[in-house]
Amino acid sequence: MNWETVIGLEVHVQLATKTKIFSAASTAFGAAPNTQACEIDLAMPGTLPVVNKQAIDYAVMFGLAIDAEIGKTSVFERKNYFYPDLPKGYQTTQLEQPVVGPGVVDIQLDNGDTKSIRIHHAHLEEDAGKSLHEGNFRSGVSGIDLNRAGTPLIEIVSEPDMRTAEEAVAFAKKLHSIVTSLGICDGEMSQGSMRFDVNISIRPQGEDKLGTRTETKNLNSFKFMEDAIRLEVERQIDVLEDGGEVVQETRLYNGETKVARSMRSKEEANDYRYFPCPDLLPVVISDEHVEQLRANLPELPDARQQRFMAEYELSQYDATVLSADASTASYFEQAAKQSGNPKLTANWVAGELSARLNIEAISLEQSPVTAEQLAGLVIRIADNTISGKMAKQVFEGIWNGEGDADQIIEQRGLKQVSDSGALEAMVDEVLANNQAMVDDYINTDADKRKKKLGGFMGQIMKASKGQANPQQVSQILAQKLAKML
Amino acid sequence: MHNFTIIELINGLKKKVFSSTEITQHFLTRIKNLDSKFNSVITLTENQALAAAQSADQLLAKGEAPELCGVPILHKDIFCTNGVRTSCGSKMLDNFVPPYDATVIENFKNSGSVMLGKTNMDEFAMGSSNETSFYGAVKNPWATDSVPGGSSGGSAAAIAARLAPGATATDTGGSIRQPAALCGITGLKPTYGRVSRWGMIAFASSLDQGGPMARTAEDCALLLNCMASYDDKDSTCINRPVPNYSANLNDSIKGLRIGIPKEYFSEGLNPGTEQAVRNSLAEYEKLGAELVEISLPNTGLSVPAYYVIAPAEASANLSRFDGVRYGHRCEDPKDLEDLYRRTRAEGFGDEVQRRILIGTYCLSAGYYDAYYGKAQQVRQLIRQDFVQAFEKVDLIMGPTCPSPAFIFGAKGNDPVAMYLEDIYTISTNLAGLPGMSLPCGMVDSKPVGLQIIGNYFDEARMLNAAHQFQQVTDWHQQAPAGIES
Amino acid sequence: MSIEKQTIENLATLARLAIDDTRVEEMSQRLGSVLELVDQLKAADTSGLSGLDHPLNETQRLREDTVNKPNMREAFQAIAPDTEGDLYLVPKVID
Repeated sequence: MNWETVIGLEVHVQLATKTKIFSAASTAFGAAPNTQACEIDLAMPGTLPVVNKQAIDYAVMFGLAIDAEIGKTSVFERKNYFYPDLPKGYQTTQLEQPVVGPGVVDIQLDNGDTKSIRIHHAHLEEDAGKSLHEGNFRSGVSGIDLNRAGTPLIEIVSEPDMRTAEEAVAFAKKLHSIVTSLGICDGEMSQGSMRFDVNISIRPQGEDKLGTRTETKNLNSFKFMEDAIRLEVERQIDVLEDGGEVVQETRLYNGETKVARSMRSKEEANDYRYFPCPDLLPVVISDEHVEQLRANLPELPDARQQRFMAEYELSQYDATVLSADASTASYFEQAAKQSGNPKLTANWVAGELSARLNIEAISLEQSPVTAEQLAGLVIRIADNTISGKMAKQVFEGIWNGEGDADQIIEQRGLKQVSDSGALEAMVDEVLANNQAMVDDYINTDADKRKKKLGGFMGQIMKASKGQANPQQVSQILAQKLAKML
Repeated sequence: MHNFTIIELINGLKKKVFSSTEITQHFLTRIKNLDSKFNSVITLTENQALAAAQSADQLLAKGEAPELCGVPILHKDIFCTNGVRTSCGSKMLDNFVPPYDATVIENFKNSGSVMLGKTNMDEFAMGSSNETSFYGAVKNPWATDSVPGGSSGGSAAAIAARLAPGATATDTGGSIRQPAALCGITGLKPTYGRVSRWGMIAFASSLDQGGPMARTAEDCALLLNCMASYDDKDSTCINRPVPNYSANLNDSIKGLRIGIPKEYFSEGLNPGTEQAVRNSLAEYEKLGAELVEISLPNTGLSVPAYYVIAPAEASANLSRFDGVRYGHRCEDPKDLEDLYRRTRAEGFGDEVQRRILIGTYCLSAGYYDAYYGKAQQVRQLIRQDFVQAFEKVDLIMGPTCPSPAFIFGAKGNDPVAMYLEDIYTISTNLAGLPGMSLPCGMVDSKPVGLQIIGNYFDEARMLNAAHQFQQVTDWHQQAPAGIES
Repeated sequence: MSIEKQTIENLATLARLAIDDTRVEEMSQRLGSVLELVDQLKAADTSGLSGLDHPLNETQRLREDTVNKPNMREAFQAIAPDTEGDLYLVPKVID
């Protein structure tokens, strides 16, 4: 049987506020355990929450970015359950009146088509702390670090509009691109800044009714998400094809071992007893404020992609890659403006630089090559001072902190020879020293001669110690050989 | 000395008739000698009190004394006191020493008052008789076989027994007014949002409100001047200037329109209590007020609505007591569930557990609309009753509670009988209105309270009316027998 | 009116309260009588009425996003039942 996969996502996005959603404790990542958990985060008796304005603004900005209805009045509710990383015994979240209503996110498919994924709503809530199973404490117990408790999150809930793991990943990446472009999330996946819960069901191709779904929780990388979806889809197909039934359950995927398992403990008696939080009042957002946020909204990835294509004449692919996140985009734009050669700059940012950052697993912000330095390199390629091959050496030099492109070219004596007199002399010398090759060239059929050019080029470049301008050499060579025929 | 009112003590301190150290020592000695009979104080803070008195004396000597400088008072053990055990009348917090002050405590510290200690109360303020305290029941100084009322029974009994001239208290369904009535003192529950709830251990967040207790309305006005404040740490605290509640006490009440709700004089009202209240109303007529019969038709629904809303909020508010970060923790928990269940079963008394279960029930799946949703609608009805009434009258008056102090154990087996004790006080909490109780007669040698309900933020008018009554009556000056020794 | 034993047990699970068999009967009786009281609500005509979540018609005040909470771990953990290595300890958490 042919099965259709149906996927919906719940995406938790940590907001890049300085303080918690309900307290003025810091949200900075990586602090020593429990040093950023104040009496409110610890749910000490008598303490009370006050809402962080920035968290509300960030949530509204997200809503505006996806063309959603903004909840002019949103209400915080209590979701009751016991867990050691949840100090109050309830999570303050939103249910009936979320801050962001229905909206749409467009994703690009591999075949170039655009697909709209509907957003059911997005709501504000507080993050929980962390349970550690090993550490600087006796064995057989868990340790609780509440630094993360109270960090503001928006939970973005999609409709079940995705049909493949690729679509789900494209959607997740698009959300990443939107929230980082807005500057409302740092996008650091490895620090848990974005986490995905994936709802998956399958049904026979052509069937309207949805199958029973499972929820795989807390995936924190695009790769893990993709793997987890494939694994779960295979599992569900196996279950159904063996005549079994898919059980509605929560599952946990381990990205290291690539194994998923059921979290049965989460299933029993899930009755969260939501009710409006009496310690908080309805959050009312004025139209004026919404308009002010709209007017100051940073450029979004889709608009930026269009602009890159129009303004810099980039290909759709380059424009998509370079506009995906705000820091890449601004790096590219800065380098492109300084180099005056956007296309070549795009090649270098999307090519060599990205590859190198990937290998070293560092972010663009940490790149040892600044946009200005990259522009300097591009200028020297464009004005034929150096060849593409030399450029790679120069890039390496910049990366290693040896200086700017011009300094490295100077130090290493990498200047390309573009003086036509000198080049002609070089070509003449090579031709004179390789009479056999010349004869061979002349005797070859006209339509196959082109293939023989490479041999001459190699000799000439070798003779010039790689400094000859290859385009010029190839022109001169062609002219000289033509005359010999 | 202990028969002085707060006003008299302030005058004496200013005129150097006595020092703060002397009066503080006097009240500390009285508590140590007499409180074994009443059990009104859980924690005596002798050293801190004497140190505070000494500082107060220095300020008084310099002539820089703030309003309540050197005045000894007691605080209900529901207000967090930095460095002083704050038990909330519960085994759960028997070892809890908060590292922060409630805003109310901070206000009193700033006003120069001296904290003598912390008063006994029903566990987590859940009770109307003070029988649910982990520290044992408080006894009514007028008849030690009778309850003092609750939950602020410790504060009320201590003032009646002249162990302190004033005290803080809290009121969720009548917990200031009912014990004030049963102990023959004056107490005021302000408008919801007038007094900060920061650091006041929550029972039912949308109903809880702190307020003062003293022997006279004049003293209550002074204490409220200090207690009321805008506090940005409490989202539900109202940003509105605090008037000088003492300023208009002596205004004439000629022409004051007093609403008499017929529902407050129906069956269940003790005839002696009714007589005392009617006599007081006649007194008001003599003072030039006009009595207007009104109806608050939904009064009967206030108790059922309250016993849904208050337990529902409490069930979530009390989830933080889980034995992880502070407070009681069971011995050798075998797993996480065991830690939670035994810690909470051991730490909470029966009434608290009962209310947690009721609240859990009312919020649980399938019951929410019928109970919680419905109760919130009824709450709207009750509010509307008052809004309509206040279109016709300036204040509403009636009995504070149906009968004088009952004998210990009299309502022990029937929670509903106990809950009906608050029938006249609960609806003001549901509506968020201010209410007060002042002594207005005696039945069987036990005090009777007259309740005054005001419009939102109309505390000054209530205090004015109460003060005028106390200028022509002496119920508030009567003292229980046997407290002089 | 009394509440079924099973209901009491479910509620006790949700509320994380250990209620042994000796208390179930009494709890059931007492909760039953409270529910009888609150069932009076059913008679009220509240059609078309919105619920009153807060007594005053106010809206949420918003706080500026400025850090002003110092690290007080030592003071907070001094009153904690069980800590080690700066963490609060609990019996093993099993997902």
